[in-house]
Amino acid sequence: MSETLLKLDKIVKTFPGVRANRGVSLEIRKGEIHCLLGENGAGKTVLMSIVYGLHQPDSGQVIYNGEHLDLRSPKDAIKRRIGMVHQHFMLVPTLTVAENIILGQYPPWKILRHMDRVEEKIEKLSREFGLKIDPKALIHTLSVGEQQRVEILKTLYHGVDLLILDEPTAVLTPQETDRLLVFLKEMAGRGLTVIFITHKLDEVMQVSDRVTVLRDGREVATVVTAKASPRMLAKLMVGREVLLEPPPREGPKGENVLSVKNLFVNDERDLPAVREVSLEVRSGEIVGVAGVSGNGQSELALALAGLMPVAGGEIHLDGSVATNLSPRKLSCLGLAHVPEDRHRMGVVLPFSVAENFVLHEFDHPPFARNGFLRYKMIKSHAMDLVRQYDVRLGGVDDEIVNLSGGNQQKVVIARELHRKPRLLLVNEPTRGIDIGATEFVRRQIAAQRDAGAAVLLISSDLEELIALSDRLLVFFEGRIVGQIRASRDRIEEIGLLMAGKSGKDLVEK
Amino acid sequence: MEPLAIVSFLAAVLAATWRLATPFIFTSLGEVFSERAGVLNIGLEGVMLIGAFTAFAITFFTGSPVLGLAAAITSGLACGLLFAFLTVSLSANQIVVGAALNLVGLGLTSFLYRSIFSGRMETAREYVSFSPLEIPFLSSIRFFGDILFKQNLMVYATPIVVLLGSFILYRTAFGLSVRSTGEHPRTVDSAGLRVSMIRYASVLIGCGLAAVGGAYLTVAHTNQFNEGITSGRGFIALAVVVIGRWSPWGAFAVSLLFGFFYALQLRLQAVSGITIPYQFFQAMPYLLTLVVFVAMRRRAAPPGALGVPYKS
Repeated sequence: MSETLLKLDKIVKTFPGVRANRGVSLEIRKGEIHCLLGENGAGKTVLMSIVYGLHQPDSGQVIYNGEHLDLRSPKDAIKRRIGMVHQHFMLVPTLTVAENIILGQYPPWKILRHMDRVEEKIEKLSREFGLKIDPKALIHTLSVGEQQRVEILKTLYHGVDLLILDEPTAVLTPQETDRLLVFLKEMAGRGLTVIFITHKLDEVMQVSDRVTVLRDGREVATVVTAKASPRMLAKLMVGREVLLEPPPREGPKGENVLSVKNLFVNDERDLPAVREVSLEVRSGEIVGVAGVSGNGQSELALALAGLMPVAGGEIHLDGSVATNLSPRKLSCLGLAHVPEDRHRMGVVLPFSVAENFVLHEFDHPPFARNGFLRYKMIKSHAMDLVRQYDVRLGGVDDEIVNLSGGNQQKVVIARELHRKPRLLLVNEPTRGIDIGATEFVRRQIAAQRDAGAAVLLISSDLEELIALSDRLLVFFEGRIVGQIRASRDRIEEIGLLMAGKSGKDLVEK
Repeated sequence: MEPLAIVSFLAAVLAATWRLATPFIFTSLGEVFSERAGVLNIGLEGVMLIGAFTAFAITFFTGSPVLGLAAAITSGLACGLLFAFLTVSLSANQIVVGAALNLVGLGLTSFLYRSIFSGRMETAREYVSFSPLEIPFLSSIRFFGDILFKQNLMVYATPIVVLLGSFILYRTAFGLSVRSTGEHPRTVDSAGLRVSMIRYASVLIGCGLAAVGGAYLTVAHTNQFNEGITSGRGFIALAVVVIGRWSPWGAFAVSLLFGFFYALQLRLQAVSGITIPYQFFQAMPYLLTLVVFVAMRRRAAPPGALGVPYKS
């Protein structure tokens, strides 16, 4: 058990403008589950991409099985039985499971005659390891959890001694997560070595033998998990004490701000995505929307924000009809929207920070006069907000594309919140941002509630939903399948609802 | 028209259908490869012209259409190399480079044609092109003989080339990597394959076949060159790829459909007693393109990464 399988020695990797790894050293032992813990941007993924041959280090050594490795491409890694499951799956959606698994396995001129044999081998593997999958299925017809199984099968098919998983639970339901963690422990028992990248503390505690914490491209500490506590790990990760749960407020709720009746929305392919959804959000409350992503939550948000047409039903905002209004009109009615896709909808990447702050208000005083922009006002406005919302940057003239994800999100939050919205619609407010910014954003959302706004919070992070929401709506296949008080001890039930199983089904089984 | 006249009219139209579809078949088959790998080449028209001119010039001086065709393929590959270098290696915008290729194709071939052949106005002089090859017995079958068995070699070659293309795309490891590259290049990269190599290869196949499609016009369909001889066929081939849903046999079938309309308009122009201006018939294939696009506007799903340069 204590034999070293992989040793990284002072790995340095720099990208233009970013020092991802600044001399990381690390030892992985045979047969252990080793967590790499760190905030986004700490350099975890880059480090593992080096082990997998996707990047080459500027300096430093990779020693694998006592042998010095110089990996030019993932092919070299696969040959040495190193496998990686990426955070964003490396699967071609239009191909079958089997085709995806053999991609890159043969020289180009090879005629693929025996797909049935490949399929048989995949089936055998999937039985052996309890990863049920149909090798003939097209990837885009599979659920996210199934796609992850395909990724793992892919590494098993190629043969694997060291398996690297990059944030594998980000897309899973709690049940799927549990199943994955059990599976990994089993595999480790069979001698597989696992490196598990995450920023979720509870997973680290649950699954790993040892954990290495990375911060700002350096390793901070490697500790035996049994001797660590979540609190201590969080402190190592952030470099200070953090409090992720904003103080709850038990105050009286006010009047109805948002009411949605029998809403239908079709997705981009014109298929029904939201079906007959009715909900209400009152002033001074946070309503959370839970669900595995892709179950209609995005379409709900876009329809509420006026960015997607409503196919049926009604939306009322503060008593006035708000169905199929333009985003602009909705904004005048008091809607603030923090969109899911920050880069496409939240900010204009090539614009400066100052310009991004006035995307709603640029065309009227004090930011414009007689059709001309008044940069002096725009900039001083930006400087106020930067101070107030603690955005870290060089200057307000910087292009926003150069800011970190967390700081970009702070700009969006500042822009949307400083107008004192009646309804705050937030979708995945902390996805892809570091724990410090996460803490800040959550506090801001709670502060809006306290100031009397109605908040609809959509998130795929159950912890976040439970920490912030007063009550939870669970989405499955475009419908609300459950309404639950947000509380930690009902996480099991929420997970089942997210997977489309009602409590009744459970009893029957 | 008499029933008999209708039958012979139809036979004549159908006989011309396959012949007129052939340039589309070659060009669109090539573009299927290119687009399946994620590279949109709107410069097909230019490549076809360059292929057409090269084939014409070499055949003119050597007297061998086979050499002419080989030279055309070489010129197509050269175009492909340039296009791939700019769009794949340098990540230049594919639309801009494609548009430039069209302008270069038209300008270069017109210039060379005038400077080489203007003093030899006897260019109208005929040279031996790929001539119709009548297949014994079969060609004497009534109706079908004319349609199917009195064509030239390049026309006969089309189903074979499409069959081969389909086999490569769906049954070889290379084809699998091409299909993957157009959908999700990052996966291909992660599987240890080189996205740029696969895109180069696909663009070369695309431009090589587009040059063959152009060459067909000057060494098989006719035996002469004139400026802009392709008259928009390269653009129609782009539409063929879309309507044929990025599949080789789809492109083949849609090419035949377009061939049919070309043939129909040619024949209708010749029918006496019709007073509709011939320009209307000439516009038919182009109108058809628009109509089909409107009709199928939401149904086709292009490769996911079409037109997007890949940066690892």
